[in-house]
Amino acid sequence: MNSLLIEYLPIVVFLALATGLSLVIVLASVVVARQKPDAEKLSAYECGFAAFQNAHSPFDVRYYLVAILFIIFDLEVAFLFPWAITLGKIGLVGFWSMMGFLGILTIGFIYEWRKGALDWE
Amino acid sequence: MVNSLMQSGFNSFFATAIDLVAKIMLIIVPLLVAMAYLTYAERKVLAASQHRRGPNVVGPFGLLQPLADGLKLLMKETIVPSGANRFLFLIAPMVTFILALVAWAVIPFDQGMVLSNLNVGILYIFAISSLGVYGIIVAGWASNSRYSFLGALRSAAQMVSYEVSIGLVLITVLLCAGSMNLSAIVEAQRKIWYIVPLFPMFVIFFISGLAETNRSPFDLPEGESELVGGYFTEYSAMSFALFYLGEYMNMILVAAMTAVLFLGGWLSPLESLEFIPGPIWLFAKMALVLFLFLWVRATVPRYRYDQLMRLGWKVFLPFTLFYLVLVAGVLVGMGWLPV
Repeated sequence: MNSLLIEYLPIVVFLALATGLSLVIVLASVVVARQKPDAEKLSAYECGFAAFQNAHSPFDVRYYLVAILFIIFDLEVAFLFPWAITLGKIGLVGFWSMMGFLGILTIGFIYEWRKGALDWE
Repeated sequence: MVNSLMQSGFNSFFATAIDLVAKIMLIIVPLLVAMAYLTYAERKVLAASQHRRGPNVVGPFGLLQPLADGLKLLMKETIVPSGANRFLFLIAPMVTFILALVAWAVIPFDQGMVLSNLNVGILYIFAISSLGVYGIIVAGWASNSRYSFLGALRSAAQMVSYEVSIGLVLITVLLCAGSMNLSAIVEAQRKIWYIVPLFPMFVIFFISGLAETNRSPFDLPEGESELVGGYFTEYSAMSFALFYLGEYMNMILVAAMTAVLFLGGWLSPLESLEFIPGPIWLFAKMALVLFLFLWVRATVPRYRYDQLMRLGWKVFLPFTLFYLVLVAGVLVGMGWLPV
């Protein structure tokens, strides 16, 4: 097999072992401890009242905004990874092309800032 | 070990398998022990800083306290709330725990002492830590409880906010090291540890690490005074323990990453101290970073959520971006880039 891929074999085994371990831990507790559920015990935690409605209610749109901003900047980070490794080989052209890209992103960032997308009131 | 196993009559497949499992166990078991005693250390450090004694009843100096805690959790009833999505509810803590474990596959403990010497080690760690959000958000959704839901939302937003700055910090280190392989990054620090030229990035990495692991002062997702237990309000017994284990193992992972990226990993600080084996140096550095984690918890009051988001997006993000460009510019301008 490809020697590059063979390095991933321990990770796959590790993943399997970790999954097994977590299953064993949870199941051990289910087996060992006495299970005696009742309606009160199984109701969702609230401050003394029964919950009025399902907890899957609408939530603040700002969380959604954060997620979108995250995608933009995480993509940028993903672009930067290979660039950072090869910067010694791609020279000044590579350097300045990335600076152009970052410049455009910074303009977008300033726009978000001015629009108040980063405020959390 | 593979060779000696094969001599004693195993075929090569089983020899490799046994060897691998043994190595993995050699990571998992000390990690679980370290995690258990990190909780002990945390309680002792908090106690000391508040002029209390901390756990001192179970065993000498309370040293058996973590075991007692674990046993107690094992004997508790596993409760799945009636409104919950059973499958997701049970799977979420496992996801957290599994991810916290597998990230350790690429951490180098000494020269050549690494389970999987990936050429993209940093990327792997970054990917695994990004996946960590899933365990939390699935737990919050599946619990079908107000507190869990709000806690999970907060936690997810907080983690993704700080992930961007962590990514930029990692890239700055990559620029200096010229490799994504963690062993190569440590070797690149033979001349000078990156904490010296990249000190501001070290500070940002540490603080973002606090936010990423939901540690105080950024522990809003589980802020007891407002959200009960945050995303694990509804959890009990070993499902709860898995979250707890995952959280502390993530702390240890952040400490290990700090040591590898900025504190020269297994390298000794002085040449005269090189007779001390590498892993001990790594553990000493990790212990130092972990102590900082605990110290911060004992000292700093909790952030407000808007302050937390402002710090992430308006301070860390612009600053790391600026410093990244600065470092890249200096490296290119001076011709110091690794080839």
